[in-house]
Amino acid sequence: MISFIIRRLALSVVLLFIISIISFFIVTLTPGSPYPWGELNPKISAEVKANFRKKFHLDRPLHDQYALIMRDLFTGNLRSIKDDRPVMSRILERMPATVALNLTSIVISLSFGTLLGVTAARYSGHWQDALGSIIAFLFIALPGFWITYVVVIALVKGFGAPILGTHSYGIEFPNALASGLDTLWHLLLPATILALGAIASQSRYLRATMIESLREDYIRTARSKGLSEDVVLYKHALRNSIRPIIAGIGMVLPALIGGAVVIETIFAYPGMGRLGYEAVLERDYPMLVALNFVVAALVLLGNLISDLLSAAVDPRVRLE
Amino acid sequence: MQGTQPLTETPTTRVLRRFWANPITIPSVVIILFFTFIAGGTFILSAMGYDWPCNPNQTNLELKLLSPSSQHWMGTDNLGRDVLSRMMHGASISLTVGLVAVAVSLGIGMAVGAIAGYFGGIIDQVLMRAVDALLCFPTFFLILTVVALLGPSLLNIVIVIGLVSWTGTARLVRSEFLTLRETEYVKSARVLGQNAWPIITRHILPNAAAPILVTAVLGIPDAILQEAGLSFLGFGVQPPQATWGNIIADGKTYLLDAWWLNIFPGLAILIASLSFYLAGDALREAAESRS
Repeated sequence: MISFIIRRLALSVVLLFIISIISFFIVTLTPGSPYPWGELNPKISAEVKANFRKKFHLDRPLHDQYALIMRDLFTGNLRSIKDDRPVMSRILERMPATVALNLTSIVISLSFGTLLGVTAARYSGHWQDALGSIIAFLFIALPGFWITYVVVIALVKGFGAPILGTHSYGIEFPNALASGLDTLWHLLLPATILALGAIASQSRYLRATMIESLREDYIRTARSKGLSEDVVLYKHALRNSIRPIIAGIGMVLPALIGGAVVIETIFAYPGMGRLGYEAVLERDYPMLVALNFVVAALVLLGNLISDLLSAAVDPRVRLE
Repeated sequence: MQGTQPLTETPTTRVLRRFWANPITIPSVVIILFFTFIAGGTFILSAMGYDWPCNPNQTNLELKLLSPSSQHWMGTDNLGRDVLSRMMHGASISLTVGLVAVAVSLGIGMAVGAIAGYFGGIIDQVLMRAVDALLCFPTFFLILTVVALLGPSLLNIVIVIGLVSWTGTARLVRSEFLTLRETEYVKSARVLGQNAWPIITRHILPNAAAPILVTAVLGIPDAILQEAGLSFLGFGVQPPQATWGNIIADGKTYLLDAWWLNIFPGLAILIASLSFYLAGDALREAAESRS
């Protein structure tokens, strides 16, 4: 297991290197002015432009630029074009909110995805199964920004419900519990909307593996022992089918973080997605390079954790 | 095997028979054809100079924010433009985005997957590590970044969506190739002295056609949804060109006063993508089952 983790970490370093190159070149090689104020702004003198280029190493050849930007990223000196603060501290500020949102989303998607997938497998071939697959595809096909906007406007304008941001403003909470519940309440709606796609894909996948498992001999044994159908499904069959779903959590992370860009923007939720959207609007190159890098590192970490988890739930898996 | 089946049934006709036997197939294909017909008809009519029912960009402030009526079936927007006409033009944009983006991603994905799967070894290792690296990027954010830096235009958007979404196809094609290159007929072709290119295109690809077609069909709604999301953030196909996403984006200020600016385009995106997903899934089931 230790050697598995070490080898995975070594592979991750290789991947991070490729990722850093891709994110650097995507940002620097796309045509367009590097200046936040536009190429042809007459109010900006050549001297200011030259200083800007020097400050962000834009006067150096590309491979030097890459090396410098990576050095600055790791030494914490990479600064945002917008407010000149180190990008890492701005990203770290947003990270807890993003991690909380994604974890909540994963918990929601696992619970509902499991329920939907098991139910579809239980009634496979019947109308419940067809309904389940239509619901699943409905969740994938639902434009996230559209449903978010409708829900937010309905709840905020219609009922005055406090759902924007991370906590309610202007209220003194008597204790930590109440304030924690308030934070949870603010997480719930964006996390649910974010989870819809993952619920759908996990339920479809689980349905397929469950149908396989239900054909096995040990299921016939369990049924003939007289166990109730719920015990057979959720205890015997699910345990043998859930592993690919848990191993796949790492794979849904990029979709979650990408989808969070729109949802965080509408919910005014201070996560990394919204930070990314603001960086795009401001053409904040260092921030974009750093964000892509950090997100990819988080995804790699998520992949590793989900592989370890899947080995923990299924003793047949050997980490090699 | 039932006696009524013709013994000459080819794999293709078998997949098609099972595809059409699925009760979900006909409704979803009918809806797809409906949207295709609207999109194609609108495109041809406007290319010939006819605007039906109205010119999608004709503003008339006296008629702004009218609710749906017999005059304007889907109402008018904040500039008095006919929403139905804009929706019809939006259909042709959405389908174009879906088809072209999928064509780009299929082209790259098939090439990378075929090369990696057929040649294997170090080439396979390098290409697959690059795919792994790309899979770590948050797709939508990557598209948003590149489109924003390049400048949003229809061409940029379809190319960028295609460029970031080929990884799934590449992995699939590679795994099909890994299996198929070990089959007897491929080995025979190699022993007969055929080069890599004819073996890949004549012997392997046709046998991997069904799963590739499935990813293509499922990729269309992905691209449509991504373009709509970009439009909503202001980085989609630019106004005055109507798209389903930017009708919603333009209408978001008037959500409480003019529900029709939100509900119709939202439902159009939902129904169109749902039909593609269901049709793709039905095709996948038909291709996977062996009976």
